[in-house]
Amino acid sequence: MYYHAKKIIILIVLHTFLFSVALSCIFPFLWTVNVSLKTQGEFDADYGLRPVTHINWNNYKTVLVKEEFWRYFLNSVFYTFITVLSIVFVSSLAAYGFSRLQFPGKHFLFYMFLTAMMIPLPAGFVPVYVLLNKLHLVNRTGYVLAMTNIGLSLSIYLLKTFFDQLPRDLEDAARIDGCSKVGIWWNVGLPLVAPALAVVVIFNALNVWNEFVLASLMFTDYTLMPLQVGLMEFSNRLVTQHTLIMAALTVAALPIILLYLRMQRQFVRGLTAGALVG
Amino acid sequence: MKWDKLLRFFLLLVFLVCGCTSKAPQEKKIVIWHWMTDRKDAFGQLASRYENETSLKVEFKLFFPPDLYSQKVIAAARAGNLPDVFGILGEKKTFASFVKAGHIMPLTSYMEKDSGEWKNRFYPQTLDVVIFKNANAYGAEAGIYGVPIDTTVMQFVYNKTLFREAGINPHGYPRTFEDFIKYAQKVKTALGVDGFVCGWGEGWLLNALATEWAINLMGEAKFFQTINGQIPYTDQEWIDVFSFFAQLKKSDILATNIATMTNKEAEDAFAKGKAALSFNGTWAVNVYAQLAPDLEYAFFSLPRVSGTQPMKIWGGAGSSFMVNSHSSRKDEAVKFLNWLTQKPQQEYLIEETSNLPAIRGCEESLPSVLQDLLLNFEMLTHPDTWPRNEDSRVIEVLNRGLQQIIVGLKGPREVAEEVQKTKERISRR
Amino acid sequence: MKLSLAEKTTNFSFVLPALFIFSMFWIYPFFYTFILSFQEYDMISPPAFVGLGNFSEVFGDPSWWSALYNGGFITFWALTFQNILAFMLALAVDKVIRMRKFYRVVFFILPILSEVIIGLLMKQLLISNPPGRDVFNEFLKLVGLGPLAHEWLGIDRARLVTALVHCWKGFGWAFVILLAGLQSIPEQLYEAARIDGANAWQQFRKITLPILMPVITLVIVLTILGTMQAFAMILALTGGTAGLTVVPVMKIYNHLRGNQAGLACAEGLMLGIILVAISFTMFFISKKIREKYGVLPR
Repeated sequence: MYYHAKKIIILIVLHTFLFSVALSCIFPFLWTVNVSLKTQGEFDADYGLRPVTHINWNNYKTVLVKEEFWRYFLNSVFYTFITVLSIVFVSSLAAYGFSRLQFPGKHFLFYMFLTAMMIPLPAGFVPVYVLLNKLHLVNRTGYVLAMTNIGLSLSIYLLKTFFDQLPRDLEDAARIDGCSKVGIWWNVGLPLVAPALAVVVIFNALNVWNEFVLASLMFTDYTLMPLQVGLMEFSNRLVTQHTLIMAALTVAALPIILLYLRMQRQFVRGLTAGALVG
Repeated sequence: MKWDKLLRFFLLLVFLVCGCTSKAPQEKKIVIWHWMTDRKDAFGQLASRYENETSLKVEFKLFFPPDLYSQKVIAAARAGNLPDVFGILGEKKTFASFVKAGHIMPLTSYMEKDSGEWKNRFYPQTLDVVIFKNANAYGAEAGIYGVPIDTTVMQFVYNKTLFREAGINPHGYPRTFEDFIKYAQKVKTALGVDGFVCGWGEGWLLNALATEWAINLMGEAKFFQTINGQIPYTDQEWIDVFSFFAQLKKSDILATNIATMTNKEAEDAFAKGKAALSFNGTWAVNVYAQLAPDLEYAFFSLPRVSGTQPMKIWGGAGSSFMVNSHSSRKDEAVKFLNWLTQKPQQEYLIEETSNLPAIRGCEESLPSVLQDLLLNFEMLTHPDTWPRNEDSRVIEVLNRGLQQIIVGLKGPREVAEEVQKTKERISRR
Repeated sequence: MKLSLAEKTTNFSFVLPALFIFSMFWIYPFFYTFILSFQEYDMISPPAFVGLGNFSEVFGDPSWWSALYNGGFITFWALTFQNILAFMLALAVDKVIRMRKFYRVVFFILPILSEVIIGLLMKQLLISNPPGRDVFNEFLKLVGLGPLAHEWLGIDRARLVTALVHCWKGFGWAFVILLAGLQSIPEQLYEAARIDGANAWQQFRKITLPILMPVITLVIVLTILGTMQAFAMILALTGGTAGLTVVPVMKIYNHLRGNQAGLACAEGLMLGIILVAISFTMFFISKKIREKYGVLPR
């Protein structure tokens, strides 16, 4: 009996602790959505701390249409999609090469990629920006290439370790059937590493979607800005219009949160992968 | 499966929108880049007016925010695809780099044609900003390199309504530093609003005021001697200048978060009657009109800190346009800029945006709050017109030091020593 | 096995695209950083060689050292507060059975959101407009904690609040990594210990901590690297607060924005060397500890 009571008390303490931290994570977002549905007058009266009584979509209309957030949003989708696609393509090709094929300098090159992953280059964006400026690539192409590079090392490493663990039987069979090397990579290799590819996709997609520094240096034209830069610029410009900013924040955060809730397992794996292989 | 299709359709849409921004065929037109969000519509109107008059198409392209705009211009200069006309933001040093790199066409001959008809239109203090004089410190060839389209003057501003409610004569602004503090304190105790608000999170607004007070206290000659390194920042009069900010802090009239405020926030606070006094540029007329159309306020130049030296006001430099020296339509571009700085067009800009004009003779069309200012145009001074400006790194330290003074983190002497140390370190190099 | 030249070329071509992008955006910039850090370059005029000028400039610049101090301050809080919180949460979630999934999902929401979003969101909660009345203070008053109300992003608290917001955003991933580590410890070890009469603290001290050591080291190193390079969140939250929350990368970024690419590179190089040194030291210490306690490598 004593043991049982003690256990229940411990559980209550644990859940109180966990739940209060969880609340601190959820509350700001509920508040954000709540404020975004209010008028500035209502916000001034209660600071968004009372639940909204009648829903007002005007903030969203202003943000998406008049302030052109639809454009920032589509830009982000575009950059993310293209970058992830190119990372998947380039890194799986290289990983397959490193894992299965022989060529001189193979180990040296692989360790070079690996080292790059570990050396922090805090001002890395400075020479990249100067270089792209010199090459007149301060536009979408330059940005996608630079972002591709950022995700490359880790993706190659992840995929190579995955390739290494796979049996070679299928590939041997395909080779005997007369399949070319590229054909084997495409038809046999890629489908086999699909689980690892999912991690690569999520990790890089989040990385590009959330990237701010390089994008803020590169895109001087607001029609090209991705969401993060647009958000920053927007909030600097309309600093006192709280309800509008909250609507913009909701637009930026909600899709990611929903996507995360749908596929949390991949998200957790994707984001911790970067940390764990280091 | 359904999700799949939806996603595919969505992506297709994205590509249609983003990927296929079609390149319009080259037509004969002047392209102008600018950052002036407030003038977007007015410029559009002027462009179509010009097209009606001359059948030449002018396209204004707006880029914001300003710091991204200045990066865009630099990137475009490197890539060699600057538009026909553009503006340069930032220090005169940057402007000089553009001139030295040959990106900007000198306009001296156009300005001085017909015994200087075009040149004489401008307020000299306004035009000074785009001029490089003989043997200037920047090493640029002497000449006129731009066309100013407006003038900006830094001013103090007070809320008449709050003054009246606090029992102060709404037509008598504080003329001295002591009065300034007294008035602000009076409003604060009577009404509970802040005495003074300003966007001092942006260092240059502090710098402008410090410059004005420094010149007023020690005179222009001594001020320039400091820049030239003949007088240290640890000089007693400089410490006095820094002490003014410490006094502001001590008198408890400053808005609580003034050291982290942006100009936008400060404008909002003043327009909504949350503070009695502020320090801002003349562009504020338009801003206040939009934020609070009924706001009753007036400008005044500077609460004096000394009666012996003349007063100088930070101002003159507004926005200017430069002509790309590699453009194929240079003459047309110059003609358009000439047209833009004629009286009817300048008056139209005043009407739309309430900015001070770049040219003389438009005084009648100014909004009443601005009319008094024109009397003291010869008081204007601006770093871009000085023979030499202080190094940007020294200014950075000075601005941050002032921020630290107004929040009480550091004392005037300590900041003066830091600034001087930076100055010495940089001049050693 | 001997390969023909053609075969070697084909094989090599698999890594060629990766190598191309990598050379262009990593190798070249890596060396270019060194070159640029010896030059004065405003992006318009041609670069001028200034020797060690940029470095002596950075060394003599008190605001650079104060930026490093600010970064160190935030890192200190992230190392202690954030990681201990994450560890406690991981231990707690490891113990409870119910709602475990719920907690895991919720704690990980913050790490997936961008720094800009978190910074702007917290700014909206903490900023005073009008002065003295911000949402968080109103909330405190609402729940009866009115006396705690404070100017949160004002001068005296800005640095601490920035550090705490950073911890708040970051504890989620430390939690996930530590939890994964905890769950990889076989239950039999604990059972054996209990049979030997070890109490909870002894179990923690003798089993959990040593086995988790590599994971903990990893979290520590990642925390240091991540926090010293944090920037966008702070830019969105405070923008610098009169130098009090200016962190190293913010200085670098501002110098680049001000067209002083050489100076920015010199600063980046210095920070990079500091970070590499720290992470190597950390891994070295961790290896020593593991050797001393005879824990199996993971």
